[in-house]
Amino acid sequence: MNFYNEMYEGENVREPYARLRNWVETMPDDFRQMKQAEAEDLFRRIGITFAVYGEGGDPDRLIPFDMMPRVFEQAEWRRLERGIKQRARALNAFLRDVYGRAEIVRAGRIPARLVYQNEAYEKSVVGVVPPRGVYSHIIGIDLVRTGKDDFFVLEDNCRTPSGVSYMLENREIMMRMFPQLFRNNRIEPVDQYPELLRRTLESVAPAKCQDRPTCVILTPGHFNSAYYEHSFLANLMGVELVEGQDLFVDGEFVYMRTTQGPKRVDVIYRRLDDPYLDPLCFRPDSMLGVPGLMDVYRSGGVTICSAPGAGVADDKAIYTFVPEMVRFYLGEEPLLKNVQTWTLWKPDDYKYVMENLPDLVVKEVHGSGGYGMLVGPKSTKAEIEEFRKKIEADPSNYIAQPTLALSTCPTFVEEGIAPRHVDLRPYCLCGDRIELVPGGLTRVALREGSLVVNSSQGGGVKDTWVLTE
Amino acid sequence: MLSRTASNLFWMGRHLERAETAARLLDVGQRITLMPNTDEGYQSEWASLLQASGTSDAFAAKYGAVTQEKIEEFLFFDRDNPSSVVSCLQQAREGGRIVRTALTGQVWDALNVAYQDLRKIEKTPRDKIDMAELTDFTTRHASTVRGAINATQLRNDGWHFMNLGYCLERADATARLLDVKYFVLLPRIEFVGSGLDTYQWQVILRALSAHRAFHWAYGGDVTAGRVADFLILNGESPRSLITSLYEAVWHLEGLARRYGDNVPTTARDKAREVLERLQNQEIDTIFDDGLHEFLTLFITDIGKVASLVHQDYLQGGV
Repeated sequence: MNFYNEMYEGENVREPYARLRNWVETMPDDFRQMKQAEAEDLFRRIGITFAVYGEGGDPDRLIPFDMMPRVFEQAEWRRLERGIKQRARALNAFLRDVYGRAEIVRAGRIPARLVYQNEAYEKSVVGVVPPRGVYSHIIGIDLVRTGKDDFFVLEDNCRTPSGVSYMLENREIMMRMFPQLFRNNRIEPVDQYPELLRRTLESVAPAKCQDRPTCVILTPGHFNSAYYEHSFLANLMGVELVEGQDLFVDGEFVYMRTTQGPKRVDVIYRRLDDPYLDPLCFRPDSMLGVPGLMDVYRSGGVTICSAPGAGVADDKAIYTFVPEMVRFYLGEEPLLKNVQTWTLWKPDDYKYVMENLPDLVVKEVHGSGGYGMLVGPKSTKAEIEEFRKKIEADPSNYIAQPTLALSTCPTFVEEGIAPRHVDLRPYCLCGDRIELVPGGLTRVALREGSLVVNSSQGGGVKDTWVLTE
Repeated sequence: MLSRTASNLFWMGRHLERAETAARLLDVGQRITLMPNTDEGYQSEWASLLQASGTSDAFAAKYGAVTQEKIEEFLFFDRDNPSSVVSCLQQAREGGRIVRTALTGQVWDALNVAYQDLRKIEKTPRDKIDMAELTDFTTRHASTVRGAINATQLRNDGWHFMNLGYCLERADATARLLDVKYFVLLPRIEFVGSGLDTYQWQVILRALSAHRAFHWAYGGDVTAGRVADFLILNGESPRSLITSLYEAVWHLEGLARRYGDNVPTTARDKAREVLERLQNQEIDTIFDDGLHEFLTLFITDIGKVASLVHQDYLQGGV
């Protein structure tokens, strides 16, 4: 398989990487090792660590950081940006639709079963239209690249995409360690993200809110693997980081417990999954949520971001219909392509997939984090046969995609730099406006030849640059 | 400020102070073993120090007889001992992590570095560790955190809660240490004023890192009356009951001013009352009425102030 190396155009180093190559080539080995150690020390001191549930080991594990940045030209980025914003608009239009009249289902463009029997479809909010009709306020769109102009969306994350703190900290650490690089290259900043996020949240405050809205971030607590990110964002946005126990419902509003008594809360950016939000509405055994929260939400006393039920737009079965949504709601042609996807509940697709398992990637419809998937070309015969049995037991739980020739970026390894596979997650903000900071989280598969970039599976992260004109 | 945040800051202060107390006890213990002819005293010193930290039962249950190594393990490393240095620093760091948004970068950095260094020591084989280094390690890191708090934190409500934790814990620790020494070690009146007695009081001063300060303040001999005066009523002594309480009142006044009339001030009122009582005390009267009785009442009062702080601020007014 041929892989597109983002550093080269034919034999030549592409313009955006030219200076960087010079930087790498003149860098002494011991200097590089010293800087790598310095970066790790900084991450650990700042406290950015990553815990994987159920893996045991060091709870303060670091995600490996690669100092070699990934670079986009302005023109490349603009194209991506248009595609991402378009997709975000379509996803929110879809959510507004399926919790209302469901025109797209009536029109026969999406099977009703996929919407209404979807676990993430939330019956309790049918007919509730959140402020400005926005359901998903932060959309993380995972992209891969296979050629100079070929970008594909791998999946959409409409609930609570994580990782944005890495985007910000990677940049911060690079600027601290290599200020000269930033003087020599003109790189678009990303540090306005927290401010934009706060503005986005304030713009969707409920109509009942008269003064400047009080926004909070709701975290499951400090045992959560993304807790660092929650507190990091709260800090940069200047909002309180609350747990369920800090909030309570009184009458038609939600309040937080403060040292000066109860204080009303207008917008909740929750980093908590739907089932845990309100024990009176969802899981009765949840200790993380706020009893009565959903009643306040439904009566317009508080905005929850993302809206309960937003997950119906981002599962892997609905994914195949997103280009259709773009055409249906926006009357435009999709700018970003989907990866070809076979859905195993269709007999033809099923037949094709079962015959070509060694060449395909098969994923669980609701799986995430690189778990519960089969990467055909990287698996042994026995592994493939074992997975085949799982698919036979429940075909509708799986989708399959071709093994993508993920692009590579130069990455520091023992011997210098070498190509490693990467993906990209930009974060799109939807409120009164749709905004995107020029950058995102680049994840890199550090093992040679590996196509899995998840941090739980040996992936690392890189700073992502967008050059100015 | 969120009540939970305030509570975490308050307890962060308490745990940091408590870690220092544990490290000091360790230091005193080591000093005692360097003294000649203290076979018996050695045992009872340790026993009393354990009692001072309120952990003698837990120690006996887990380790049995007292030995130097066991004590060091217990006071410094043991995670089952909630008052060990490791436990306290870990809880302080965890509390700090929960309220990261309320701490400056420097404070978090200091706290986190302390904890990371502590983990390194924890993994070192015990026979490779210089025990004297452990106390230094703790006081050094505790001072760095304290310094970062003083130099960088906003003088807001969070700062008051942190410091309130520090000074209430310090008042409690000093009172307990005094009480244990007097009550446990000197059960018989004829010991008072003996050489043994003087030596014991010196040990208390050391436990509070105050033996030099004492000589500057009083000059002359170490006597029970002077030491007690220094640690209870002397407003210059940084760890005395009166100083700790004076600071607690100062921080509670700060909160009351900041929050205005709508938030109750029962903690401040109680702390003021206790402080006023101290200000009108003579050390002789305290001895006449019984030091133990005095300290018992004081420890109860400090407990009351702490629980009123909880009632006034940490429950969210509901």
